[in-house]
Order: sequence, then C-alpha cells, then structure tokens
Amino acid sequence: MASRRKNGSARRTQLISACFLTPSAMGVLVFFVIPFGVIVYYSLVDNPIQQSFVGLDNYISLLQNTAFRLAARNTLLFSGLAVVLSLGLAVLLEKKIPLKSQLRSCFLSPLVVPAASVVLIWQVIFHYNGALNSILSLFGLEAVDWLSSAYSIPVMVVLFLWKNLGYNMVLFMATLANIPREPLEAAMIDGASARVIFFRFKLRYLSPTLVFVTIMSLVNSFKIFREIYLLTGDYPYESLYMLQHFMNNTFRSLDYQKLSSAAVVMLLVIAGVIAVLFALEKWLGRDLEQ
Amino acid sequence: MNKKRSRKKISRTLVFLALWAVGLLFLAPMALTFTNSFMSAEEITVHYGEVLSQSTGGGDYMTEAVRLQFIPDIVSFRQYKTFLLESPEYLYKFWNSVLLVVPIVALQVAVAALAAYGFALYQGRGRRILFFSYILLMLLPSQVTLVPNYLMTKWLNLLDTRLAVILPGIFAPFSVYLLSKAMGRIPKELIEAASLDGAGPWRIFTQIVLPQCKSTLYSVIILVFIDNWNMVEQVLVLLTDEDKQPLSVFLSQINAGEVSLALAVATVYMIPPLLLFLHGEEHLVAGIADSGNWKE
Repeated sequence: MASRRKNGSARRTQLISACFLTPSAMGVLVFFVIPFGVIVYYSLVDNPIQQSFVGLDNYISLLQNTAFRLAARNTLLFSGLAVVLSLGLAVLLEKKIPLKSQLRSCFLSPLVVPAASVVLIWQVIFHYNGALNSILSLFGLEAVDWLSSAYSIPVMVVLFLWKNLGYNMVLFMATLANIPREPLEAAMIDGASARVIFFRFKLRYLSPTLVFVTIMSLVNSFKIFREIYLLTGDYPYESLYMLQHFMNNTFRSLDYQKLSSAAVVMLLVIAGVIAVLFALEKWLGRDLEQ
Repeated sequence: MNKKRSRKKISRTLVFLALWAVGLLFLAPMALTFTNSFMSAEEITVHYGEVLSQSTGGGDYMTEAVRLQFIPDIVSFRQYKTFLLESPEYLYKFWNSVLLVVPIVALQVAVAALAAYGFALYQGRGRRILFFSYILLMLLPSQVTLVPNYLMTKWLNLLDTRLAVILPGIFAPFSVYLLSKAMGRIPKELIEAASLDGAGPWRIFTQIVLPQCKSTLYSVIILVFIDNWNMVEQVLVLLTDEDKQPLSVFLSQINAGEVSLALAVATVYMIPPLLLFLHGEEHLVAGIADSGNWKE
C-alpha cells in the first residue's frame, strides 16, 4: 500500500516536471534537433529536390573544398592559440595582489561591451596608418599591415584575450579559492616546493575548471568572428577567413549540401574534442574526493 | 634570507604594476570610444582622417601619423544632438536592438526557469541524457546551430522577420544549465514543507524556488543580455533586411564622413550593458564562477 502510494507520488512528480520541461524541450526540438536531423539527411543526398542518396560524396567534396579547408585550419589554429594563452595569463593572475577585485572589474568589463561599439577604435589602432604603427615608428620599426598580413592572427588573439580573459580569470579564481587548505598545508610542512604543490595539488583540483575554460574558450573563439567581420567584412585577408565566413558565404549561395555536411562535420569534431577533454579531466582528477 | 625576501617583494611589486598596466590597457578601448565621442567631426578628421576614410587596412603609408588622443581639443555635443534629435535612422536601429534583445532575454529566462525546475524535480531515467543534450547544444558554436535555425525559420516563412532571430534565441540552453544548478541547491526540506502545507507545484515554483534563485536569475539576465546585445552572426544569416537589423551589426556600416556620429552612437550603445555590469557585477561574477562548477 505504502509503496503504491510512493509510486503514485513519484509518477505525479514526473508528470509535473515534464510539464515544466515541455516549453523548453519543444523549442529545442523544433529549432535545433528536428532540423538537424534533416541536415544529416541533406548531407547524404545529391540535392533537396531530387533527393537521391549519394553516400559520403558531399563530405568528400567538402573536405576537398579549399575555402572550407582554409577556414577550418584558421579556426583551429586560432582556437588553440587563444586557449593556451588565456590559460597562461589566468594562472599568472593567481597571485595575491592588492586591489584584486578592482583589477578583476577592469579585466571583466570588455565582456559586456558590444563588438560594434569599439570597432572604430580597433581600426584606428590597427590600420596601416594607425596608432600602433605610429608608435612602432617612434622606435624606428617597420610599419606592419596588421589586418591584412600574417600578423592578423596575433591581432585577433589579442582581441580575443581582451574580450575573454576576465571570464576565464573569474572561473580560475573561484576554483582556487575553494581548494581545501589542509592537504596543501600538510605538504608545505613536509617541505614540498611551490612547483610540486602546484602540479600535485592545485592542478588536479583545477582540472575540472581547466577543462571548462578550455571548452568555453573554444566556444568563444568561434565568436571572434564578430570582431573580424565588423573590422574586415565578408572577405577578409586569407589568414582571417574563418568557418563563419565560409558558412555565411555558403548561406548566400544556398548550397544545402555544403552547408549540411559542414555543420555535421563541425558537430562531430566539437563533440570529439569535448569527449577527449572530459576523459582527460577524469584522468587528471582521479582519486580526488569531490 | 633577508635579501631573498626583499627580492621577492620587488618581483611581487613588479607583477602588481604590470597587471595594473594591462588592466588599464583593457579599459582603454571603452575609454577612447567614450572620450572621442565628444570630438567634433572636424576634429576626428584631423586626428584620424587618414585611417577612417578607407574602411579596410592597406594603402600607402602616410607621413602624417595617427595619434590617439584621449581628451578632445574642444568638447562637442553636436553629434549627440544629431543622433538623438536629427537622424531618426540611428535611433531606429537602436530601437531594433531593443525589439530583438528584450523579448529574447525575457522569454529565454522564463522558459529556462521552468525547464530548470523540471530538471531539479525529475530524477528518473533519461534525465542525464536530456541534460547532457542541453549541455552539448550549449557548447555548439553558432556556426553549427545556425544551419538548423535557418532551415526551420525558412519552413515557417519567418526569414527576414524579427521572429527569425527571436525564436531560436529563446531556446538557447545556457540559462537552463545555470538555473538548474542553482535550483538543485535549494534544500529539499523547504519544498517538502511547502508541499505539506498544501502548496501546489506552481505556487512552490513562484513563491519558493524563484525567490531562492534571485541572484542566479539576475546573473543569467545579465549574461544573456550582453551576449544578445552584441549579436552579429544570427543577424547576418536570419535577418538580412537592413531596416530590421540591430545596431550591433549596423554600426560597422557607417560612412567615413560620419565617424564622430558613429562614436556617439557607439557610446550610447554600450551604456545599457555597462550599467547592468556596474549594478550587478557581484551577481555576474558569482554566475560565471558557478557555471564553471560543472561537476556537482
């Protein structure tokens, strides 16, 4: 009798929670999941009207597309650089510093500023006749075409760090503040060096955050497209041609096969990267009690 | 020993100074936009004319170098007057931003709060898979999610309407993730006690759960607002009708002759997110820190 009532109330809870979940789940289904199923289908047929099955042909022609390869290479290179650098800088900020919270506000404020609002200032700074080159010329250095040369990648990394460093910093500071003190102090009494403490203790407690920061940096590095687009338009210098440019320009030509197979490939690559990172985190954080 | 300590002190001071130098550098772009927005059109041309007359990089190196200047020679309000009173075009684009962002923020947070409570209540099978799909969706870059969004809005005949941007925006899963973490932390006893007092699920949700998550709700509102106030890529694909585009895209399309006006518009455009930031920074920081705590 009692178990039956318990069963009934569990079912009731389930029903209520389903009601709460429905609006969101419906939206996700309609705007993401269902059309994504169609995309997978489109990526396997020759065109949306005839719909004859062509296997992996679309994927092969996508991978042979030079614009796609250029965009994928640039995006990966950029994401990797951005992740590594923001991790390094965030670790630097771990030290005890006076006025830390004011400093945090300085680093965090770019996060809230729309790209469009500061794009004019970036132009004044990075233009060939711009402020950065005139500073360089004071030191007798050669002027550099920052936005349309091999130097454009470092420029974008700087813009990325400007935008996202504060976010990563907050994440790291929160975790560092939560590391239990006792094992650290015990190790210090045992005479462990700062480096040992960092690698044996802190890094392992930090590992979930490290993974999260890496994933978020990856996600956010795709958003640098906003700055690049606002600064340089639809067809920027080669090394700035990102996957979003490729997608945008493909949207314009409405090549469904290319679009769908590119979306599927990107989904698979990102899911793969995330799976690897999760596995890495599990390994780093092994035998730590949470 | 003493020497070592004093060297440590020196190096710490150096790190401190370097960090503050970088920190102030981080503020410079906003500060420059703000102060330069009070320069008259003529002064802008004198200072930056070489650079801003061409929209992209390249070109010959001029002998007259550009110098960034923080303080205008003469403070001018002319461009603000133009923006606010004389050129409805820019105000109209500002209004476009409001029309897109406010519904997204309001409805996304509402839908997400419901879903998050659903996740907190439901502990049965399928929860992990469903929650994991939300997380995966949250981590996908817009490059991927825009393709399904585009197809669906096209089928619904919504392309080039504001709804094409608003509807997919409402169901972005980030706020579900953050809110369900906060709701999971509410003590079960609180809810059980209310339930014993005869409160129905809706009353528990509105009178106990939501007030308990006030801080997270606020940080979600800020995060969703700043992200959407800065929208670019959705607009380029889903809303190509220039009349309906928000300032976050339109600002980059100003004419070379209107730079001082554009700086004034840019300054006004960053005021709403900056005000939110200044007012809710502690909540924002707490929200970000909580978002990184994905293992609990």
